[in-house]
Amino acid sequence: MNTETAAGRFGRFGGRYVPETLVPALMELEEAYAAARADPTFDAEVARVLREFVGRPTTLTPARRLTESWGGAHVWLKREDLAHTGAHKINNTVGQVLLAKRMGKQRIIAETGAGQHGVATATACALFGLPCEVYMGALDVERQALNVFRMRALGAVVRPVESGSRTLKDAMNEAMRTWVSQVSDTHYVIGSAAGPHPYPTVVRDFQAIIGKELRTQAQAAFGKLPDAIVACVGGGSNAIGVLHPFIGDASVRLIGVEAGGHGLDSGQHGASLTLGSEGVLHGSRSLVLQDGDGQIQEAHSISAGLDYPGVGPELAHLAKTGRMEVRTATDDEALAAFYEVARMEGILPALETSHAFARGKELARELGVGKYLVINCSGRGDKDVATISARGVPPAVGVKA
Amino acid sequence: MSGDIAKAFARAKARGEGALVAYAMAGDPDLPRSVDVFTALVEGGADIVEVGVAFSDPIADGPVIQGASERALKAGSTLRRVLEEVVPEVHRRCPETPLVIMTYVNVIMAMGEERFAKLARERGVSGAILPDLPPEESGALRATFDAAGVDLIPLCAPTTPRARAEAIAKDARGFVYCVSVAGVTGMRAELPPDLSQRLDLVRNASPVPVVAGFGISSADQARTLSAHADGVVVGSAIVRAAHADGPQAAKALCAEIKRGLKR
Repeated sequence: MNTETAAGRFGRFGGRYVPETLVPALMELEEAYAAARADPTFDAEVARVLREFVGRPTTLTPARRLTESWGGAHVWLKREDLAHTGAHKINNTVGQVLLAKRMGKQRIIAETGAGQHGVATATACALFGLPCEVYMGALDVERQALNVFRMRALGAVVRPVESGSRTLKDAMNEAMRTWVSQVSDTHYVIGSAAGPHPYPTVVRDFQAIIGKELRTQAQAAFGKLPDAIVACVGGGSNAIGVLHPFIGDASVRLIGVEAGGHGLDSGQHGASLTLGSEGVLHGSRSLVLQDGDGQIQEAHSISAGLDYPGVGPELAHLAKTGRMEVRTATDDEALAAFYEVARMEGILPALETSHAFARGKELARELGVGKYLVINCSGRGDKDVATISARGVPPAVGVKA
Repeated sequence: MSGDIAKAFARAKARGEGALVAYAMAGDPDLPRSVDVFTALVEGGADIVEVGVAFSDPIADGPVIQGASERALKAGSTLRRVLEEVVPEVHRRCPETPLVIMTYVNVIMAMGEERFAKLARERGVSGAILPDLPPEESGALRATFDAAGVDLIPLCAPTTPRARAEAIAKDARGFVYCVSVAGVTGMRAELPPDLSQRLDLVRNASPVPVVAGFGISSADQARTLSAHADGVVVGSAIVRAAHADGPQAAKALCAEIKRGLKR
């Protein structure tokens, strides 16, 4: 099933709201992408790199202790945290950098929030030998020192962005401004399933490998499709990647979990699907956090990857039409989930991913015993240790201090 | 078509001048004082005034106008207040000069396209420029603006292929805004060498006047371009002058550029 109602449109959402200077480049990208997709050697090359370099397929892991503790559905984890660089972001950057090479582009730019997409882009650029510049909000540069180092170690230039709120949305503004002035020889690797057409489609297609693998693995592991799949939603690349291949399967509940931040009443959250209104941000029409005058509001989340006031247009469409259910988890709930998963399953999930886990227990119980719930474990939490440990560590389990 | 814009170009042409389209940011440094800046632009010789309305995420703007946007938002500028507190007063002081709103599409959507068009026309606005609304996305909005008598002025870029540029020009309202450089707004020491050819191409296809904008800040640049365009847009240089030295500095800059536009 395809939710694309016209080229680049998902119901009311999507489109290409960019300066005229960029329109020809987006048309060129759209054509080049269609040609690449029609060429079996391109798909084969992407598949080869994902297998040999990224380590795909990622495993589907039974979460036995969480299943027992939550007392409901069988819980399984799709392990994107095991992909090279520690998150699903690499699926898209490998595809887009290969596409850029095919298009003859000489350099790569990207934006990043927490730094995972920046690291994944820098990694793909190192692998394929292209220069890479990453725009990152100055505040995020301070908060994510580990990923800033990783990008620099991989040979990328990190450009701190001082404008606006000095976070992801400003990094994306600056990357677009840079692209406008260097559009002829530069490819802009967008990391979210957001931005102007064709980016939401391109990113979704490269990330859909997650859901495609899951279909096969679920059949092998428990003989049927999952009854529900849950993923965290910021811009939405891991969510659309794992959920998209199941849109046509009415028996599969699709659930997105947004950042509730300090609570939905606090005004400090990243819940664009839950509380946003229709608007245009970063090149597409979608649901955005804005005031009554159309000024974009700053989002808040403990996880830098969910700290974004917009969301991809296809997810907005899936949410508005009811195909995807949307829930939220607060900062505190995500932190509690982080330790629960760490101590019950031996996995340190990323703070973004922890939001999906935070709704796991209630979903497992709603589904009930005998059903199957898959949580997309989108990334690992190493990048977040400074944020998390600054709040203190709970005592060890079952060992006298 | 509002007709006001065509008249302003015709007046400049009758005087043997290229038109000066002058931009400043409403609400910089605050709403009342920006009225004085807009008035000064007209006193300095501006034929058309672009009233900038701040947006939180101005992707087409360089550092000078980004800074002005931030100051205007801090000063409480909104589209509604600009239409109530700035536009009517500028229109009262300078009734001959067409006023064109320049902002981003989200600001218009938040007010409602129809409500904006009606209110803007009532208050004395002749046109609008929305740099993040390319032709493919502008159909419905332009029909709404047409019905209200507000010209949606299209942009044409250095990267726009020839056939597309001609199609944009043929269908234009008000004037065609030819972006001189691939990049964001802001002053440039040098303009691309093929700019004059591009302007000639667009001008041949366009039933309405054609202006060049982005990067223009001096009388010399204006003089060079006026052989190939019906006028020039000056934005960042004016915003910088008004911010640093007040309305009189903006007026002096307009007068200087206007000298370059005399044929």
